[in-house]
Amino acid sequence: MKTFIIHFLIAFFGSYIYFEYGQPMFPYNAIWAVVVAVFIMFILWLTTPSYHRSYFHKLPKAISFIVYFLKELVVANLKVAYDILTPNYRMKPTVIALPLAASTDMEITLLSGIITLTPGSLSIDVSADRKVLYVHTLYIKHNDLELAKQTIKHGFERRLLQLTR
Amino acid sequence: MLEDINFLLIREIISSVLIIIGVMFMLISTIGLLRFPDFYIRMSAITKGATLGLGLILSGMGIYFNEPDMFLKVVLIIGFTFLTSPVAAHVIGRTAVRNKIPFWDRTNLDEFKDYLHKEHNVHRDHERDNKQV
Repeated sequence: MKTFIIHFLIAFFGSYIYFEYGQPMFPYNAIWAVVVAVFIMFILWLTTPSYHRSYFHKLPKAISFIVYFLKELVVANLKVAYDILTPNYRMKPTVIALPLAASTDMEITLLSGIITLTPGSLSIDVSADRKVLYVHTLYIKHNDLELAKQTIKHGFERRLLQLTR
Repeated sequence: MLEDINFLLIREIISSVLIIIGVMFMLISTIGLLRFPDFYIRMSAITKGATLGLGLILSGMGIYFNEPDMFLKVVLIIGFTFLTSPVAAHVIGRTAVRNKIPFWDRTNLDEFKDYLHKEHNVHRDHERDNKQV
């Protein structure tokens, strides 16, 4: 996780410096900036197995996690927007107690932040023994609380734990 | 072949579409802030709408101006907004629960009852804070 953040920052500023101070071969626009950043990251990624073996298969997972997160963000916004613009409420607000597999401070912080940003949910509090996260959710499919918990656990928590451990 | 394409026109179209979608999301979430039934549902509507709307508007602006400086600042602002806005929403929601802001009457609170009874007897933040002042 730490290596991933450092490499991301190196690629980001490398791309910026290349286009601002170097003699770029391509016309500057957003697509080429992203392509150069991804290329720098790819080079860094190929050199990692010599000193950090597990990172080599973490980068694809990180990219798929970011894509999944952006997709969920857009879907959540469309659901809430549909509920705002139609006269009847379809939502059934519920407070669910989500059992946590994440244990360290950083994992719990990231998980609750991601939950707050996605499908109509707001994380309210962590219990004192750090085992349960209380989440205020708007949409429960078929009134099935277990299914909703499993969706969050298999969607976000599993992917996040694969990255941080 | 490449010289025939009008890049400025393409950039303008893409950035206008992104900015219009972002403004629509912000407008819709503001309507939701006015018409949703209780505090917590309003909170979750306004957080997501504002975050996504701001991201779309800023990325449209970055694509329109097409300079490395502008793009750097845009990506940094989007990143920090995504980090900080859920933390603010979480803290405001937790403070509301501690201060006994009522839930909507159709809310299913089965799994939350233990927490409500236990924690509120032990410490009530607003009363303790008032005593210290």
